[in-house]
Amino acid sequence: MADYTLRVNGATRKVSSVAPDTPLLYVLRNDLELNGPKFGCGLAQCGACTVLLDGKSARSCSVPVSVAAKAAITTLEGLGTIDKLHPLQRAFIEEQACQCGYCSNGMIMSAKALLDGNPRPSEGEIKRALNDHLCRCASHNRIVRAVQRAAKEMA
Amino acid sequence: MKPSLPRRDFLRTGSALVISFSLAPEWAFGQAKPAPLPGSLNNNRMLNAWLRIDADGTVTIFTGKIELGQGIGTALTQIAADELDIDLKRVEIVHGDTERTPNEGQTAGSQSVENSGTALRFACAEARDILVNAAAAKLGVAATALTVSDGTCVAPGGKTTAYWNLVADADFKREASAKAKPKPASEHKWVGKSVRRRDIPKKMTGGAAYVQDVRLPGMVFGRVVRPPSPGARLVSFDEAGVKSLPGVIAVVRDGNFLGVAAQREEQAINARLALKRSAKWKETESLPPSGDGLYEHLMTKAKSIDSVVNEKTSATAAAATKKLNATYTRPFQVHGSIGPSCAVAQWREGKLTVWTHSQGVFPLRGDLAQAFAIEPANVHCIHAEGAGCYGHNGADDVAMDAALVARATGGRPVKLQWMRDDEFQWEPYGSAMVMKLSGGIDAQGNVVSWTHDVWSHPHNNRPGAASGVNLLASWHLEKPSKAPFPVDPPQPAGGGDRNSIPLYDFPNQKVVKHFLPEMPLRTSALRTLGAYSNVFALESFIDELALAAGADPVEFRMRHLKDPRAKAVIEAAAQRAGWQANAKGDGARGRGFAFAKYKNLACYVAIVADVTVDRASGKVRVTRAVAAVDAGQIVNPDGVVNQIEGGIIQSASWTLMESVGYDRTRVTTQSWADYPIIHFEDAPQVEVVLLDRPEERFLGVGEGSQGPAAAAIANAIANATGKRLRALPFAPERVRQALA
Repeated sequence: MADYTLRVNGATRKVSSVAPDTPLLYVLRNDLELNGPKFGCGLAQCGACTVLLDGKSARSCSVPVSVAAKAAITTLEGLGTIDKLHPLQRAFIEEQACQCGYCSNGMIMSAKALLDGNPRPSEGEIKRALNDHLCRCASHNRIVRAVQRAAKEMA
Repeated sequence: MKPSLPRRDFLRTGSALVISFSLAPEWAFGQAKPAPLPGSLNNNRMLNAWLRIDADGTVTIFTGKIELGQGIGTALTQIAADELDIDLKRVEIVHGDTERTPNEGQTAGSQSVENSGTALRFACAEARDILVNAAAAKLGVAATALTVSDGTCVAPGGKTTAYWNLVADADFKREASAKAKPKPASEHKWVGKSVRRRDIPKKMTGGAAYVQDVRLPGMVFGRVVRPPSPGARLVSFDEAGVKSLPGVIAVVRDGNFLGVAAQREEQAINARLALKRSAKWKETESLPPSGDGLYEHLMTKAKSIDSVVNEKTSATAAAATKKLNATYTRPFQVHGSIGPSCAVAQWREGKLTVWTHSQGVFPLRGDLAQAFAIEPANVHCIHAEGAGCYGHNGADDVAMDAALVARATGGRPVKLQWMRDDEFQWEPYGSAMVMKLSGGIDAQGNVVSWTHDVWSHPHNNRPGAASGVNLLASWHLEKPSKAPFPVDPPQPAGGGDRNSIPLYDFPNQKVVKHFLPEMPLRTSALRTLGAYSNVFALESFIDELALAAGADPVEFRMRHLKDPRAKAVIEAAAQRAGWQANAKGDGARGRGFAFAKYKNLACYVAIVADVTVDRASGKVRVTRAVAAVDAGQIVNPDGVVNQIEGGIIQSASWTLMESVGYDRTRVTTQSWADYPIIHFEDAPQVEVVLLDRPEERFLGVGEGSQGPAAAAIANAIANATGKRLRALPFAPERVRQALA
């Protein structure tokens, strides 16, 4: 058991008495009460738990808290709020780019990492960037349109 | 997530037009059953069961149907706002709560707008009448002289009062009469518009939106350890060792049920793993053959209850000059929710409260009460959203699991989520099925005879059966509950035989259902029940007959149909896609057509699918799909498009990729690596044409596109390659072999 000082969404957050191999996901969801990252598979196969570590897309179900403590962590909550939406969040709402929305966190976070490195991605590049994220309601086309819309707004 | 208020707090909340309602009106006690009322009003007849108006200007509607990402929470508010003449923003909605909402059974079968929407439409129209009359009395004018704008009633002289000022004067504690006439479509302000869904903003920003986000004071975390195979019995496990692990609060063993509770979620997961590793089980070979052997087994070995679903004969029809036979198969498939099933349960003074994403909180309450041998009144089920479920997944089962583990935590609430492998191995599957068809065409190329035999396990093993308990853990206990004898939903909706009766006009036809009640692998409702498979078979076979008759598939369908609405969607899809009669594929690319009216009762959907087939690898891609849809009056056009589009892509995944793996003892599918589903790069482009019929009744749309999509893909592959594939899924290896 150890204590960690995490940098989450620009703030410093302390968590105490956590085993070093605890997946970051449970610390974010349960200690910090962040709802953005979701448990989907625990095997880094589906993408529902995605966060950014130093700006790079990462599967928080498979990153130990001890490793994540060395990075700047960004979750869905860190992008924007309901009153001050990030362009990606706004675009997902405008395109109604979900049914159940359980996978949306991962889609938005990986799209954020994509747009940060490639502000005007092609449709193919968006699909490639999101290809390892699973969506069971099959909102794929709406999600691609939402990322395109956000890219346009942010350009 | 701030949990919904329990009943006693609810009663304390301020002044309200209605603060309580009786679940059963007086006629329930011995009087003759009164006249039928529209939609779910028929079984929930009190007006105040459906809406309440508070002095603070909020309007709350209550529905027994739940939001599962299909958008009904938004569609129902559109309907209510229109009938009440209020702004949409004023409307709050409460879904599925056994102490607050009407009992509308399951949210299933694409019936929420049909049943709950219809009930709310009539209840709100009647409520408006009552309110406007109360306003008229108060203002001293005739009700007909008033105009209503966002709940404010304006008299000719300019005097006003509002619904929320009439709380004391208008009584909703009365049985609905359904005599107030709902508005014609021309007066709708919200219905028919693509109003944005109210649940999406919080989902995109990390708001508390799901049962997974429910956090209660003192809450701990639970996990289950299921048997390694359906026939396994627990022999021993290391209870003391697991109990000594960090954070473990309780290890629960009851018969073959094993669960843990721990302070922290990762501790519960670690304890689950330790339990799993230490447990010794006696396993038996209880599963049927896999692969092609399964279908022979279903047709010849499995115990079957046979019934003629439909039969029609004609003495005057021409004789068949050509006869065809074909057998189609579909494997076991999963719901595959992205978020594994989850529930929060708490016991207090012998009463159980469960936060659940069950599709039916009332039936779940009944089954939990039976399983725990307590009164239903001592079980409170509160709906909270889960990940998309697409039918009966683990939602109900996990509620029982959480309740079992919560019995050992001294009143502390337990949040229990299944792990991915729990979901893959123990959710009830969509049944494997066999469809054997035969048909005859006459000298003119018209169909003169048709038979359809369908073999299927049950499609409806949800909680709420007449006797017995449909909860997984209840069967694993030391004193197990009895599983109900499965009942297949009867026609006209049907279960395994759903959509097996052709909508086409054939002079001779016979449809036979072979119902296989024993389930070595447990099955239940997966989106469309049997319709996906039956439409796949029926609409593939129509194409096979058209080919035999030398006819174009679209023209062939049109000439055998009478229903003008069916013809209209077929024409619309063909036209939008630029269908060219008798066009041949080029070996690698092809185009297919299919049509169905879901359940023969709900929406009409026609689909044109374009595919490419890589002959070397066998990989099929659906590049584009065009759908035309008639859903009667459309409440939310974008909501309909979203359902149809998602349904087509999901069906492409089922059709091209999906099959549960198992051997004679165990299910071998454990993770997404074992059960690939469609990814972004393979999702087809989809165009949807809506044929709005504002003066027609609502037709459910959530399950309309899966069947036609499967058949359109099969027909497109046949068009491209000249090879007819009849065994789902059309995975690369199977396609490659067929083309070799």
